[in-house]
Amino acid sequence: MRTYFARQHYLIDYALAALLRRKTRNLGLLLVYILLVFLFASVLLLSQGLRREAAILLQDAPEITVQRLVAGRHDLLPIQDLEILRRIRGVGEVRGRLWGYYYDPVAKANYTVMAAPERNLANDRMLIGAALAGVRQLGVGDVLSLRAADGTPALFKVAEILTSTSELLSADLMLVSEAAFRTLFQLPPDRYTDATLTVRNPREANLIAQKISLALPSSRPLLRSEILRTYHAVFDWREGLTFLCLAPLLLAFLVLAWDKAAGLSPEEKREIGILKAMGWETGDILRMKLWESALLSLTAFLVGYLLAWWQVFHNGGRLFAPVLRGWSVLYPDFRLTAAVGLDQILVLLAVTTLPYMIATLIPGWRASITDPDAAMRG
Amino acid sequence: MLTGLFPHLRKATVALGLLAVLLLLFTLTLADSAWHTGQTHHAANRALVRELGLTDLSLFTEARYTRHPSQTDRHTAFQDHPAALEHFPTGSLMLPPQLKFAP
Repeated sequence: MRTYFARQHYLIDYALAALLRRKTRNLGLLLVYILLVFLFASVLLLSQGLRREAAILLQDAPEITVQRLVAGRHDLLPIQDLEILRRIRGVGEVRGRLWGYYYDPVAKANYTVMAAPERNLANDRMLIGAALAGVRQLGVGDVLSLRAADGTPALFKVAEILTSTSELLSADLMLVSEAAFRTLFQLPPDRYTDATLTVRNPREANLIAQKISLALPSSRPLLRSEILRTYHAVFDWREGLTFLCLAPLLLAFLVLAWDKAAGLSPEEKREIGILKAMGWETGDILRMKLWESALLSLTAFLVGYLLAWWQVFHNGGRLFAPVLRGWSVLYPDFRLTAAVGLDQILVLLAVTTLPYMIATLIPGWRASITDPDAAMRG
Repeated sequence: MLTGLFPHLRKATVALGLLAVLLLLFTLTLADSAWHTGQTHHAANRALVRELGLTDLSLFTEARYTRHPSQTDRHTAFQDHPAALEHFPTGSLMLPPQLKFAP
């Protein structure tokens, strides 16, 4: 066993010396390799982190949300419909929600305005998200003037800024009292934006949604499972699209690696011929080549992955923020909790390292089975 | 470089040592992820979701249908006028809601 390890040690020594002999070329390859792994791992980790965050946070989303549709468009829900929903067997608590959007021409941003009855806010007080406070440079006690639906100014004093740790949920939120909401949007007192309900037996959610569709034919029930599925699909899709954009980079790298590894230079062929003439076996040459490619590709994979991990979970994924942000003015400043799926990382490892190792081994094997004399003569 | 500082060190020892450090860091990232799985620091945010009945993350705030993708219809992105094209960058990068009772 000791001899085996000593032998491997010498082979690694030799492989490193061979790599260092072509220092510039191999260093360039290593840097490109690291960049490739970094980009793919960043997308993978960011999507995984967001998927997990959405799954954790939205597991407490309303079991069923009921919207009213008129001519295929979302309409306000009459208060009488809440009573009809309460009468459906299996339905627990029914709450009417008041929420909407307010476009602020000053910041050129859309805010989500919500009534928060549990907060017992005075009619001229509001709670705002941290990103909104940042964009409008507001602090506690400052006054924000909004334009009500009837054109009159509505003044609100900032009572509190929602904690920055909740920014992924509340970046653009503006919480007001129910009366203030109705005044701001000139909403009749017998209308709600939509309704949320709890279900006594969660396994019956689907059945109850069907009952709702029968009881209120012009309504649309949205299940919590659909919300979770939507988010899963959103991040899967984005991940796929970004991978598609990165695919040319991967192909370019594969061509580069193939060119570097497959086309053994005459010196490398002569080197292998000399080794064979000195008594090296084909197996030793293959092992040396394997070490050479493994050292390079594993180092690139680990460095690229670790950089991506730091970038996504400790630097807020700033590199990919523009992709997520689009034209948004308000963008949450969030820290994702580390979420790494070992299976996906192993797939990434296989996709990025195996082709390179194979591309290095095959020409090495070809050169090592030729006659040493022929190999040395080129 | 290290072999220059420590002449008795072989190149292979240095390379394997570096690789071992990188592998250790890699394992630590996996352990960190596993450790966070059992954490309950989302409690305050989950309470906010329960209190307000929130349905969406405020990640894409540029258009109404991207701010609340779970609450929109498949055609919302094209609602401005007949034959309207969807033009927000986020909208072109996300799937429509996955609804069972969707129109």
